[in-house]
Amino acid sequence: MSRRPGAGVEVFPEWRDKPLDQVLYECREILEDEAYPTVKRWRDGGGKVLGHFQVYFPEEIAHAAGFLPFKIRGASVDAVHSDSRFGSYLCSILKTSLEIALSGAVELDMFVTHPICDAARNLAGVFGRNFEYPCQILYLPQNANSRHAPSYLRDEYDRLKQTVEEVAGTSVSDDDIRGSLEVFNENRRLLRDLYATKRDTPWAISADEAYVLVAVGGMVPREEHNELLKAVLPAIAERPARRQDKLRVVYEGGFCEQPPLDLIRSIGRSCYVVDDDLLIGLRWILEDVPTEGDPLLNLATAYLESSSYSPVQHDLRKPKEKMLLERIRAADAQAAIITAAKMCEPGLEEQVAYIQALEREDIPYFVSEFEENMTGFDGLEIQLETFLENILFD
Amino acid sequence: MSPSGSEETIVGRGNRDGANLFREWFEGLGVAAAEGRGGAYVFVMGSLAELLRTFDFPIVFPEINSLQTAVRRVAHEYLDEAEDYGYSPDICGYVKADVAVQLRRGDHPMGRIPSPAIAVNTNACNTYIKWAEIWERMYGTPTFTLDIPGTRQAGGQTWPGDPSFENDRKYVAAQLTELIQLCEKVSGVAFDIDRLRENMGHANTMSMGWKRVLELNRSRPAGFNALTDGTIYLGVANALRGTELGAAYFEELAEEMEYKASAGLGTLTEEMYRLIFVGVPCYPLFRRFNELFTEPGGTFVNSTYLWFASGGSNLGFQYDLARPLESLAEGLLVTVRDAMDAMFFQTQILSDMVDDYAADGVVYHPIKSCRTVSTGLADSRRDLMDSRDVATLFIESDMMDRRVISEAQLKNRVDAFFEGLASRRQRAAIG
Repeated sequence: MSRRPGAGVEVFPEWRDKPLDQVLYECREILEDEAYPTVKRWRDGGGKVLGHFQVYFPEEIAHAAGFLPFKIRGASVDAVHSDSRFGSYLCSILKTSLEIALSGAVELDMFVTHPICDAARNLAGVFGRNFEYPCQILYLPQNANSRHAPSYLRDEYDRLKQTVEEVAGTSVSDDDIRGSLEVFNENRRLLRDLYATKRDTPWAISADEAYVLVAVGGMVPREEHNELLKAVLPAIAERPARRQDKLRVVYEGGFCEQPPLDLIRSIGRSCYVVDDDLLIGLRWILEDVPTEGDPLLNLATAYLESSSYSPVQHDLRKPKEKMLLERIRAADAQAAIITAAKMCEPGLEEQVAYIQALEREDIPYFVSEFEENMTGFDGLEIQLETFLENILFD
Repeated sequence: MSPSGSEETIVGRGNRDGANLFREWFEGLGVAAAEGRGGAYVFVMGSLAELLRTFDFPIVFPEINSLQTAVRRVAHEYLDEAEDYGYSPDICGYVKADVAVQLRRGDHPMGRIPSPAIAVNTNACNTYIKWAEIWERMYGTPTFTLDIPGTRQAGGQTWPGDPSFENDRKYVAAQLTELIQLCEKVSGVAFDIDRLRENMGHANTMSMGWKRVLELNRSRPAGFNALTDGTIYLGVANALRGTELGAAYFEELAEEMEYKASAGLGTLTEEMYRLIFVGVPCYPLFRRFNELFTEPGGTFVNSTYLWFASGGSNLGFQYDLARPLESLAEGLLVTVRDAMDAMFFQTQILSDMVDDYAADGVVYHPIKSCRTVSTGLADSRRDLMDSRDVATLFIESDMMDRRVISEAQLKNRVDAFFEGLASRRQRAAIG
């Protein structure tokens, strides 16, 4: 892989040789840095950057071509430049995702969005009118139940690969992709370990700490992310933390626009978040993707057959409310927090089905909306604490 | 084609017959509901009516049902009911009106709607997929998403022979086979390819007529108002797609427009400014909304709505009846893609429309209810204005929810727009 521009450039060295709490601090700092230093360092090293909008993107394809796959997930910034590019009644993530590109905070060589919702699929057009680099829609299959979906997606990935090769100025072989699959398989295993820790010993890692560890993966090369996770997971296991009398809760509603980190921290102060759908795209594939055979077909099949769920994928085998109940049971949770980003249609629509299912199962739930740029959480925190106390003392 | 009748019988025929056909179609739905027959719930962008009719399903368009509640000024009752049920004020109003129709067991201001026996949706709008999930949950309705990959990048349409197009066509064709199997199972009717061929022939006639009708509106004055008359034609284009009646209607409509164009007949408005409409109409104030433009002399000569809400029939795509299933796949791919392009990658389309229809202005009307159509409009307007010297207006309201519509504010903006148009004309006259 050394022939790839950018390869070998370390973009996030700040965490090295530091104790766990300091590592988590550095992760938080890099995540909240509005200058996106990891992207800048990668570019300074000659590397190219492919920005992909939420939720899932086959990052292996970009990685194999030597790109830094950068997860575009909105930002806590004002939409100074982008506001005039959009009308009212839209979710914030659209505006801030364009903002970080228009403001120059993040410089891309290619942009990809997906038909996850009516708003997001417009982004290829919007970005394409504002930037010269390729701005595309990756048509992930929306008929997940068709027998022909895997072969279609395999060829769609091949089409994407061709554009990636053109932009990278290099060809990508099957072995290149296999190499990337191995890197990402390791990353997925490490993230599963992190979530197992959240589930089994939630007092060892708070909701916001786990979140930053995952989110950093969307802005650094996966090799670096793997090193980070391999360093911190044993340290978390040995952390001298005491179990508290907190309820075990599943958080749902963070599949696209992300709640502010401070909100996640507030929630984590009141309860143990033992599972969630935050940044689910980075954890979408649930098992190792086989490296033998056709790597693109393997990746396509894994997207459809070995994957999580979200309100933006329709799959008759995975009714969302049933999947939520499974998540709650698997995590041995006692309650659910059901949120949606403001103006997020899929999230808001799904809330109805979630609530009906939770009521049928007599599982306590707390419903709320959020926006990535919200700053005051006092009211919400009090409501949540009241909700949790009612359960504890019921 | 020589006109079949006098001016009295030809002019206005499209509106009269269209309204009658639409009403009769709705009455037919009421009969089906009374007989306990379930409908095929479909959507305007890729309805597949030509295929579904071969299985004797009554064809139900929930979008049309919903907009009719707004036109009949009762949408707020339905929206309230769905919101009481749990749906957010911030989701699609069409979805919520339909939820209320279902909660009312099909009761609708125009009659009774059959419950869904099957739901077939494309991915042209993501809300279609979420909407069908509601029927799955309410009734256990079998649903089928016909996934039609669209244009990947502005200007990047591919055509037969291109590997990407062929991959897409193979996928769509394979899904059609799966859909036919599901329809046979649900309806108990065996697939009859000759019936499909016949329906596709009617769709061919209709599409050709629709394309011609749109082209004829390049005449000055325009023969019809794309916002009001056009919506009547759209109703027929969707409700009667794949039928002999629908085909005949569009043949006669084209004849009417040929006649009007040759006779120099326009709409009721004295045409001072030719306008293009982008977005979805404001149905809760439908007549008044239109008057805001017609009173100062504006006529809508075309719209993206007439493109995407006809599922891309504007292209006049002709199925090859010698190979119906393959051609159906190709036709769906090309037409539904075109419908999506009219929403997501529309700058060039609008620039061409301005030239082809000699338009004086472009009216962008994003709405709260529909992100599919509305999300990119502000940026699209900016882009068009960067490349063309054409007047534009950007006004926001809704297609269903009168709570977010302010007639006074709309009027202020529209009046200012027309002042600008007048000023432009004066400046041009002065040179």
